[in-house]
This record gives sequence, structure tokens and C-alpha cells, in this order.
Amino acid sequence: MKHLLSTRDLDRETAVRILDIAEEMSRTAARAVRKLPTLRGKTVVNLFFEDSTRTRLSFESAAKRLSADVITFSAKGSSVSKGESLKDTAQTLEAMGADAIVVRHGVSGAAELLAHAGWIDATIVNAGDGTHEHPTQALLDAYTIRSRRFGDDARGRDLAGLRIVIVGDILHSRVARSNVWLLTALGAHVHLVAPRTLLPSGIATWPVIVHESLDDALATAPDAVMMLRIQSERMHDAYFPSEREYAREWGLTAERATRLGPDTMVMHPGPMNRGLEISSVAADSPASTVLDQVSNGVFVRMAVLYLLVAGESQEES
Amino acid sequence: MVARPVLHGPDITRALRRIAHEVLESRRGEGRLVFLGIPTRGVALAARLQSIVDEIEPGTSSHGALDITLYRDDLARTPTRTPAPTRIPTEGIDDAIVVLVDDVLYSGRTIRAALDALADHGRPRAVRLAVLVDRGHRELPIRADFVGKNLPSSTSERVSVHLDEFDGVDEVVIEP
Repeated sequence: MKHLLSTRDLDRETAVRILDIAEEMSRTAARAVRKLPTLRGKTVVNLFFEDSTRTRLSFESAAKRLSADVITFSAKGSSVSKGESLKDTAQTLEAMGADAIVVRHGVSGAAELLAHAGWIDATIVNAGDGTHEHPTQALLDAYTIRSRRFGDDARGRDLAGLRIVIVGDILHSRVARSNVWLLTALGAHVHLVAPRTLLPSGIATWPVIVHESLDDALATAPDAVMMLRIQSERMHDAYFPSEREYAREWGLTAERATRLGPDTMVMHPGPMNRGLEISSVAADSPASTVLDQVSNGVFVRMAVLYLLVAGESQEES
Repeated sequence: MVARPVLHGPDITRALRRIAHEVLESRRGEGRLVFLGIPTRGVALAARLQSIVDEIEPGTSSHGALDITLYRDDLARTPTRTPAPTRIPTEGIDDAIVVLVDDVLYSGRTIRAALDALADHGRPRAVRLAVLVDRGHRELPIRADFVGKNLPSSTSERVSVHLDEFDGVDEVVIEP
């Protein structure tokens, strides 16, 4: 594996392997020294054209824990604002010795383009491209579900037979797309819930069950309920009548949260709009995995960087 | 040529019993012992050594596993491997006598990596090395404190340790 662009490229075996490596990475958090020497001498560049706090910090932290040199590049205040093209920016970064480029871009397919346009040789990790994919988010979600469900017995396991309900703005959500492919590859049953206006047109071809009512979906006794953020920055049309109505119909209200089974996880990729898609009661309950997802994000990204960057370097092969 | 056995089951058991006694003797009466096996087969050998030591002096020792994949010096030259689990006993390794256990000692590079990995888990009072087979050809200034069998071999030969826990049989064989 040279790049991580989409969870569609991950089969069950590869996905389980990434989760197993992430589990070993997580054990380093409890040690006297948390750092590993694994990527010493390698350079990881974070190339962020879109605002992001947790993903950027998470990748930075993951690369540093593996002893890589980290260069973080935000498009704001850079030559990009002077009109530099993606190609020139990428080639400049590679000329500085980047072994891997972690890219977040507002345009779907940007990571794919960097990987396959022939401009550069570096490994590309997609950290979110438009409304297309966000593979490491899906991997950390799968990791969180697996470790909550199986604890110390998680290694080697997939998510066969688990029921995962994903709720909200499926139309604009790269998190939802990446999760649908990955969770399905891991054997889980994925249910989607959204107002009809927030479902993509090709949804009939997805390997999912679609509900229009959140209560119907919750009645299936899911193992995890994943609430998506309402992305006001991508909402240029009226997709639902009002925030109050959205919260009432599709939000994980306090009342709905108390109805969940004792083992049902409440997940959210963050940042949360409290009171809109998720109530504080649900977000702060013991069932909530929100903070676990943040810590697990670092372990999963360490696993991905290890897998993609540590092995046989391309020049030598 | 076919695989030639050099150690059989009873030989391995005898070697481990002797090593267990040597470890206890060298401990000079005090200090907690932690046997850390290097995956894969070192882990089983560490567990066996610890159980023998526990029969002789109950409650003075524990065992675990120390994976070295993320510390290897040839990461950039080999296909990426999935790390095996590392299990450090809950009491930790600080101020303990750690006995690293591996099946075969060869170039010494695995042990170099293990020493680095160990330093990230704490500061033992001393670190010792026990191996079932020492086949020579060291590439680093590393030697074993306890050796089951010295086995002069050619670099073209393969020394394989088979253990009941993984292979259903206890034996050491040399293959050309």
C-alpha cells in the first residue's frame, strides 16, 4: 500500500491489520516514554487547505510520536493565497524532502490527484477531500467501536454482525462515505438516517439500509449511533426548515439518549453542535465515545503512517 | 539434504531447567525477576522459564512479551510487518532484573532493538539475555548470559526452533 486515499481500497484483511497496529500503538501511551523511533529521518508534511484543528493536531501528534520530522502547512497566509497551484505547492514540498504528504482539501478528489497525477512520488494520505472521503476518521471510528465492544480481546477481530446507525447530513459528509465502505468491509450492517434532502442521489447503490425516521432506526437496537455534524459551511441551500425542527426530528435528544440500550455507543466525529444534532446529555453520557475517538485518532494515524512510510523506500525498490 | 534435528524435546526441557537455575543463581538472592520474551517463540520460552523459576522460588518472578518490530534497524529495507503484542507485567520493569528471552541468537540486531524498546518502558536494575540456541555470526557487540546450546552453523543454513505452543512439537532443526 503506497497511499491512503479512500476506504474503498481497504479490504477486510488490510483494515483489521491497521486496527491491530493501532492497538499496539495505543499501548505506547501508557509507557514511561511514549515516543517510538520508527520513522526517524522521515519527513511528514501536513498540507491543509481547509480549516481543521483536531485532524491536523492528530496527524502532527501521530507523526511526532513516531519520531518523524513534521512540517505543517496551512494554505492561509501561504503562497497559495498568492495564487500558487496545487501542483507547484506539492512539488515544492517534495523538494523539501517530504516522504509523506497528509492533505486536506475542499475539493473532492484532490488527494487522488496528488497521488496519481505524476507530479510527485511522495506517499499521500487523504485527511479529508471535499465531500468525498476522510479515511482515517472512519478507521478511528471502527477502532473505537471495536475496542469498546471487545476490549482486550479485540486483536484480529472485525465488526461482523454489528449494527451501526449513522445520522444526519449524509449528503455533505465525507465521514459518512468513508464509514459506509469501511464498516461494510469489516462486516457491519450500516443504517443511514437523514432528511430526504440530505441524502445523496446515488444512495440506492450503497450497501446500506436507509431510514427517514431516527426513531425507526433506533428501534433496531444498534451497537453504535454516529451523529454527524450539521456542516453550516457547506449548507448553501435550505435543506431543512429550521434548526429546531432538525433537532426534534433527527437530533439525539436527551429523551432519545435515555431510550438507547445500555451497550449502545454514542459517537460524533466532532466538532459538535450541542443542542442541534446532539444533546449535551447524550454527548456527556458514559455511552459517549467522543473523547475516545480523539485519542484513538492519534493511534490510528500512527498505524497508517507506519504502514505507508516505514517500509521499503520507493527510491531503493 | 533434509532438516537435521539438533535438539529434541527432552533436550530443550533440560536446557530450560538449567537456564532457570543459572538465572536464580546469578540473581544472588534479591531482586524481582521479569522474563520478557521476544515474539514469536521467545514469548513461549519466557513463560516456560518463569514457570520453572516459580516452582523453585515461588512469587519472585513474572513474565511478558516485548515486541521489537517498531525498533528494527532494517525497517526501510523490508516489507512492513504488523507488530506483535507487547505485554509488560503490571508491576513494571523499574528496578527489576529483566531477562530477555529469545529462541535463536544470530546477528544480535534483534537484541539491540529489544534493549532500545526496553529503555522506553522503564529502567531495570539489570538486563540479562537468555537464548535457547546461539548460532554465532554476531554483527554487534552483544552476547548471551544464558545459552541452551551453542550451535556453530554456516550462514547459508537455517536454524528453526519449533515449540509445542506453536508447532505442536519441541525441537530445533538445521536446514541447509
